Amino acid sequence: MLKVENLEVNYGMIKAIKGISFSVEKGEVVALIGANGAGKTTVLHTITGLLSADAGRIEFDGKDITKTPAHKIVSMGMAHVPEGRRVFANLSVIQNLRMGAFTRKDKAEIEKNLEMVFARFPRLKERVNQLSGTLSGGEQQMLAMGRALMSNPQIILMDEPSMGLSPILVNEIFDIIGKVKADGTTVLLVEQNAKKALSISDRAYVLETGRIVLTGQASELLNNEEIKKAYLGE
Amino acid sequence: MLNFLTYLVNGISLGSIYAIIALGYTMVYGIAKMLNFAHGDVIMIGSYLIYTFMVTGGVNPLLSVLLAMVCCTVLGIVTEKVAYKPLRGASSSLAVLITAIGVSYLLQNLALLIFTANPKSFSPVITWEGISLFDGELRIQGVTIVTIITSLIVLVCLQLFINRTRQGQAMIAVSEDKGAAALMGINVNNTISLTFAIGSGLAAVAGALLCSAYPNLTPYTGAMPGIKAFVAAVLGGIGSIPGAMIGGLTLGVIESLSKRYISTQLADAIVFSILIIVLLVRPTGLLGKKIQEKV
Repeated sequence: MLKVENLEVNYGMIKAIKGISFSVEKGEVVALIGANGAGKTTVLHTITGLLSADAGRIEFDGKDITKTPAHKIVSMGMAHVPEGRRVFANLSVIQNLRMGAFTRKDKAEIEKNLEMVFARFPRLKERVNQLSGTLSGGEQQMLAMGRALMSNPQIILMDEPSMGLSPILVNEIFDIIGKVKADGTTVLLVEQNAKKALSISDRAYVLETGRIVLTGQASELLNNEEIKKAYLGE
Repeated sequence: MLNFLTYLVNGISLGSIYAIIALGYTMVYGIAKMLNFAHGDVIMIGSYLIYTFMVTGGVNPLLSVLLAMVCCTVLGIVTEKVAYKPLRGASSSLAVLITAIGVSYLLQNLALLIFTANPKSFSPVITWEGISLFDGELRIQGVTIVTIITSLIVLVCLQLFINRTRQGQAMIAVSEDKGAAALMGINVNNTISLTFAIGSGLAAVAGALLCSAYPNLTPYTGAMPGIKAFVAAVLGGIGSIPGAMIGGLTLGVIESLSKRYISTQLADAIVFSILIIVLLVRPTGLLGKKIQEKV
């Protein structure tokens, strides 16, 4: 479904991504794990067009999207939950959710989708008219995920959904990711919390300073000695 | 008392013009995060266009204003694409600010070249005499009333546009977070162009009202109202549309009453000292939001 080939991304003189290739198949949850500064966020930003690739190719659903601008990505069926949630703080919860359906014209379907999001995140329904900037970090994360689901995507790119959240909320967020997968949505997950990410993923790629150094089934990686030492703190 | 009322009404009228100009400043700032110091000169260009259509071309006044609005809209879009867009993402936001000042000089000198420095006597767009109250003791000019009504209509339309239309919602999203807006499927470049278009169109309206009230048109006509409207936008809270309105009206009234009760010469100094006071006491302006930062 999503195929990245020999991707290179530079920030000025600095090579952030040094030629990586990976793929995500339909229905999978694939994790991209690695330390701070490994280039995980850069990869996601390049896929959705917020950054441009310097070399390589990105293919989604058989179409070349390497040079597709960011605003055209969502209507192709790809949603991106950015790092740090980036909800529209001065808009209410419901306005944020509707913003997620910005490119859609099918009004009845949008309403259905909204009900689905509220069923998935009851807390958002309670706070439907509250300004998003006043939500807690966990609620904002839920809103960012709900907003992405409002575009009815085939694949969701999630960037550090657990960042800055309490352990209870982290569990809650990962539960939801599991449910999103169960609904048939493909997920590409970027996480520093490798243990949690591996526990819900099918496969994973380990990124180190712009290169993929290890890949495999998530369950194998969980038992890999190197991974344990470097990322799982065991 | 009636004297006071006269000056108050004149102040509200002047303030309405400032408000319309300030709306352009504040919208562009809110969305492109830049201060378009050439905004005042778009007013001047708009006024010259109206003058040319009306006096030279013999076109009907209302149609002249509409034509000038269209031309200014195009001017706004082109300026943004040619001068400001290439600098978006430049490491320093100073670059685009200096460019805006450059565009300002360009427009002024272009007008100087075409229309010369001789003031053009602007025949008023609004010919209505106005009304007299209290047995003719209090006279309110037609242009004063039209100015106030026009600015109210502009404000209401703008609020409806922003809160009720898709494009308006896109503007709010872009003003908050360009990247996140793009991820929602919003074309950020088009939204910024639209903002410049609206701001510049409003500048033409402001030009028509300004030159109807003060019918003396030179290449520098737009500079002073432009700067004052900037003060109004800061006073109201830059980025806030109701703030621009309130800031504009407040400034107009203060200027008018200062002229009457303090000193005609000092009126401008008083207006600009407001900018200093606001920046010292309440940098976010009357309605400006404090920037929230949450990690």
